Amino acid sequence: MTQDLSPLVEIRHLGFSRGNRVIYEDISLSIPRGKVTAIMGPSGIGKTTLLKLIGGQLQPDHGQVLFDGHDVHRASRSELFELRKRMSMLFQSGALFTDINVFDNVAFALREHSGLPEAIIRAIVLMKLEAVGLRGAANLMPNELSGGMQRRAALARAMALEPEMVMYDEPFAGQDPISMGVLVKLIRELSDALNLTSVVVSHDVHEVLSIADYVYVVADKKVIAHGTPAQLQALDNPQLKQFIQGAPDGPVPFHYPAEDYQKELARGLD
Amino acid sequence: MSTRKIELLVGLFLLSGLAAFLILVFNVANVEVNSGKSNYSLQASFSNIGGLKVRSPVKVGGVVVGRVSAIELDPVKLVPVVTLTMDKRYNQFPETSSLAILTSGLLGEQFLGLTPGFVDEDVAMLGDGDKIDDTRSALVLEELIGQFLYSMSSKDK
Amino acid sequence: MGLINTIAAMGRNAIEMMLGFGQAGLMLWGAIFQKPRIAKGLPLLVRQIYVVGVQSMVIILVSGLFIGLVLALQGYNILVGFGTEESLGPMVALSLLRELGPVVTALLFAGRAGSALTAEIGLMKSTEQLSSLEMMAIDPLRQVIAPRFWAGVISMPLLALMFSAIGIYGGHLVGVEWKGIDSGAFWSILQASVEWREDIVNCLIKSLVFAVVITWIALYRGYQVTPNPEGLSRATTQTVVQSSLAVLALDFLLTTMMFGR
Repeated sequence: MTQDLSPLVEIRHLGFSRGNRVIYEDISLSIPRGKVTAIMGPSGIGKTTLLKLIGGQLQPDHGQVLFDGHDVHRASRSELFELRKRMSMLFQSGALFTDINVFDNVAFALREHSGLPEAIIRAIVLMKLEAVGLRGAANLMPNELSGGMQRRAALARAMALEPEMVMYDEPFAGQDPISMGVLVKLIRELSDALNLTSVVVSHDVHEVLSIADYVYVVADKKVIAHGTPAQLQALDNPQLKQFIQGAPDGPVPFHYPAEDYQKELARGLD
Repeated sequence: MSTRKIELLVGLFLLSGLAAFLILVFNVANVEVNSGKSNYSLQASFSNIGGLKVRSPVKVGGVVVGRVSAIELDPVKLVPVVTLTMDKRYNQFPETSSLAILTSGLLGEQFLGLTPGFVDEDVAMLGDGDKIDDTRSALVLEELIGQFLYSMSSKDK
Repeated sequence: MGLINTIAAMGRNAIEMMLGFGQAGLMLWGAIFQKPRIAKGLPLLVRQIYVVGVQSMVIILVSGLFIGLVLALQGYNILVGFGTEESLGPMVALSLLRELGPVVTALLFAGRAGSALTAEIGLMKSTEQLSSLEMMAIDPLRQVIAPRFWAGVISMPLLALMFSAIGIYGGHLVGVEWKGIDSGAFWSILQASVEWREDIVNCLIKSLVFAVVITWIALYRGYQVTPNPEGLSRATTQTVVQSSLAVLALDFLLTTMMFGR
């Protein structure tokens, strides 16, 4: 099997703002095929936004996102839908459809797109559920599952159409250590077994560094550092160091920008 | 809840909607389906039709035999012309029949009363498009009161 | 300065309102003008008719019955003073068909089904279920919005007809069974004064217009919800308030067009 070396996703000089607030000034990164690429950064800098930009759910102010050479934001609606069948996204909340059970959730996209007979769909769904260890929970409703199990069910659903790329939005946020371990193992194994391109957006430094092949660190509306986990830890960038080590104050200030504390106190109530 | 039960309930819902519609159309608005062939129409002109309306009934001795289908003003003679749609079952009215605008009760709805005339050898039956000549106009309450007062005052003299 | 600010604020509100209308229009356009998919669309539609129509049926029937009863009782007390209590039939039937049927059904529908639609769509949006559909290459307008819209448009006129029918039955109960109006007189005068085109068709037209407006507002409010608890509760309230006001205003407009001549 010949390995296509061109990146699956290329983001070129992307700019995005929400109202008057600039989220990204000029961001460029590329996501290689068959690897786990992580995008890290502090909370509230719009990492989820980046995934939605890749998925074509949001329109950038300028710049391009190329998925396998196709400009996501220039594509017509039907072309975009064809591209989306090749990618899938694991939302932070899981975003399972709450009115149908786990089995139907996983089967949803298959029934919609594949046109396969129900017997084959059933086999595929059970296989996907087995892979995430939830075959026994097939008949439960999403609200009967714990948070970690919901995310695993969502993962099974994301895998249902055998996509080329899966985007994970904060897969580790708010998980207990066991669930976290399970998810780390699943993401790594699925990626290796299916030669899947994975994009993990997260601020959980240790988990990310343990599974990622390549890491981009985003802060201040741009990419501040990138490299393999080993390269990153060797870099001498104070902002990056603060983030990786988790120091409360440093180049990324602890305080939200405000006027001088002494002055504000002295001003009193007027 | 199972899909089957939902489908059943939705089916019942649609049926009850339809039933309500049919009740309203046939029981409340009293629409008659037998339009067209089983009817024939007659015409009559009056000097005053009072409160007669389209769809007012035509009765013979209290039995509804037809309805008013149109009310127009004759452009030349300037009198109201009423078109009646009659039930074909009742087609044995002689030409000498008379038509009067009557009122049910003192203030009630107005309707047309048809009084069959005498039958003779040279009297034909009314057919489609024929005109009834012998008509009596509506009694208008104001005119009646006016006449009454006038006759009272003339008596006093 | 104050005046200029006021004018600017007015302009800003107007622009936002227009933007809202535009977005709501686009949403409706996207939901309605799609190639219909009978095999996949029909089960979704049936399910939504169940939620929107069947589940509103009890409240509609009970309200219809009681409004018919009350209307007949009040009407009887007034009409008996003129000695024309036989006219109770047309009074009840015409009030129900021309006004109360469509309008009260619409108001109840806005409270019962409209708010539920907004809350459901809003929650689906907040929990990223709509985004998730998008990413699965499934158009949420087709999958989620369209079946709910059509369910509303189909259900509400039927509910209005049921409301009017059971209301007239309620009027019959009070007038004939209780107050002793002659049953024949009640029905014949009623039948002579209710017109198929004038009354029943107009009743249907009114409730169809109300159905479109209510479902549209409800779906749009849910679709545009600010994804947090406060936003959700505000959206639900807005649905009820805006659709009720819209129904009453449109009712006046339609009544003027239908019966104003």
